[in-house]
Amino acid sequence: MKFLHLVFSNLMRKKLRTSLTVLSIFIAFMLYGILCTIKESFTAGIDVAGADRLVVRNKITLIQPLPDSYLQKIVALSGVDSAVHFTWFGGIYRDDAALFFPSMPVSDIDTFLDIYPEYKLSDEAKEKWHSTRTGVIVGKQTAERFEWKVGDRIPLHSPIWPRKEDQVWEFDIVGIYEGASAKTDITGFYFRYDYFNEGRERGEGLAGWYTVRVKDPDKAPEVASAIDSEFQNSPYETKAEPEGAFAQAFVQQMGDIGAILMSILSVVFFTILLVTGNTMAQSVRERTQELGVLKSMGFSDGLVLRLVLAESCLIVVVGGFIGIGLAWLMAAGGSPVPDMLPIFYFPTEYVIIGIGLVIALGLAAGIIPAIEARRLRIAVALRRNA
Amino acid sequence: MSTENGSSGNGALVRLSKISKNFRRGSEDIHVLSDLNLEVGKGEFLALMGPSGSGKSTLLNLIGGLDRTTVGTIEVGGEHIEKMSDRALAAWRARHIGFVFQFYNLLPVLSAEKNVELPLLLTNLSSLERKKHVAAALDIVGLSHRANHSPRTLSGGEQQRVGIARAIVTDPTLLLCDEPTGDLDRASGDEILSLMQALNKDQGKTFIMVTHDPHASARAGRTVHLDKGQLSTEAPE
Ligand SMILES: Nc1ncnc2c1ncn2[C@@H]1O[C@H](COP(=O)(O)OP(=O)(O)O)[C@@H](O)[C@H]1O
Ligand SMILES: [Mg+2]
Repeated sequence: MKFLHLVFSNLMRKKLRTSLTVLSIFIAFMLYGILCTIKESFTAGIDVAGADRLVVRNKITLIQPLPDSYLQKIVALSGVDSAVHFTWFGGIYRDDAALFFPSMPVSDIDTFLDIYPEYKLSDEAKEKWHSTRTGVIVGKQTAERFEWKVGDRIPLHSPIWPRKEDQVWEFDIVGIYEGASAKTDITGFYFRYDYFNEGRERGEGLAGWYTVRVKDPDKAPEVASAIDSEFQNSPYETKAEPEGAFAQAFVQQMGDIGAILMSILSVVFFTILLVTGNTMAQSVRERTQELGVLKSMGFSDGLVLRLVLAESCLIVVVGGFIGIGLAWLMAAGGSPVPDMLPIFYFPTEYVIIGIGLVIALGLAAGIIPAIEARRLRIAVALRRNA
Repeated sequence: MSTENGSSGNGALVRLSKISKNFRRGSEDIHVLSDLNLEVGKGEFLALMGPSGSGKSTLLNLIGGLDRTTVGTIEVGGEHIEKMSDRALAAWRARHIGFVFQFYNLLPVLSAEKNVELPLLLTNLSSLERKKHVAAALDIVGLSHRANHSPRTLSGGEQQRVGIARAIVTDPTLLLCDEPTGDLDRASGDEILSLMQALNKDQGKTFIMVTHDPHASARAGRTVHLDKGQLSTEAPE
């Protein structure tokens, strides 16, 4: 610690050079933070997916429906604990498609909340959902977005599922659910399937997809193939797969986002390594003689090495921590596009990785100049421009 | 052991025996010092003279453990420094040696007092104790009023006084000065020499000073001349 003043003063030697280096490190780490946040918002659903959940969809495509009568057949299969079905409703609020949030009927609220323990809803709300035909539960984020409260009546229309006689669909909010963690998507709008099924103009008896909870996650692949063979050679063949794979199929359509972000970050960090390494190399070369003087006083080779490393770590720590900190603040400020990226936060594990990267970068950028400084022969260093 | 250089025999603080030092330049060996002996007594003020390139700095560096002999032994205060590891030698320098350079070699990014404090960072002294030692050293060289100044804002003579304060702040056994007045005008140089003389007389500090200025060597208690790798008491013709 007593050497901190010396380390810091050396960085103040060329203020402009130090500032520019800190600035580029700062930008790199802020970019890191923002890209991690974006990556997380694209892939959060995959991590969240319970290992005990299977998604069963129409074998042809995701948008082809399945009969709602499959529910009893699926639940009857051995290895299946419970099942629930959803149908993509595509509800539009105030005739403005830009005000998007996911809306869908669900076969049963209790089973749904059982299978998705990450959604938190009061018992009172569950009861009201059962007693209210038009009842709907809404995620906290969407409720706050439109300033909805329990008891509000929400009119929606759906281009996919028009209501009989051109009526508008109307829903009564019976509860607002919250997420168990920041990763939980709390933008959903879930209402009763019976209300939906009887009210729709066409497609009666058809649901979108099923989510199945298996009794033993280790047996999930066997249960999945049992489901698929159950409906083989029927007009509606199924494809059952683990929920993670299902969510990932969504993400895959947007390209392998993780890989793209990683390659951007690698290039950025490599550039920063060169910039910082160059700053340190210059700074050490400029003061060859001073390093010789320190050694003549009895500063050991090892101490000189550590001082140079401390200097390069300090420069990266200052830029890196400000960058990570600012990215964190930005993420905490909420998503700039809540309808596109509802889950928006800078995950703690990426903050920790970022801090690790800061230290690694500081050491990597400083190690060559530090070794050079350690090896410096005093007599030679002192002769320089003397 | 030879005492031909008029040293104080058994009381010698520094004893060089049969020292040789070669440098490699390309494919040839340059013999800078050959089979050289020297003893310096405790409390002596020795001037080391000789033409440019004769090896004065090289000799001083060897005594201070900044470089290693090709052949021969160096004993300082009873310790054989040629046997020490690099690490041990660094620790030994911190305890026993104070260097003063021709071009002061202060760190431009540190104030005068922070420069003087540098060698104390290697000790176990607390921050408060370090401050006291620094203040005392700056007081001895008469620069207390410049403690917070950056070296850039000091004159050459003042910078060299900071350099001396830095060399004495750890109370070393031996002070090694390489042309300490070489970059100063006559008046400032005289001030520095007087300061060194006072430290030698009043505080009993041992000095070895390289110079090629007869004016400077006149202040020393004894002068030896280095020429063609050997020492003599007489100036070469
Ligand atoms: N590290 C070194 N490598 C090669 N030659 C050196 C080195 N240090 C000193 N020399 C040579 O040794 C000789 C003596 O140098 P030096 O001790 O600096 O002389 P002085 O201080 O008397 O002017 C010179 O010829 C110099 O070029
Ligand atoms: Mg010299």
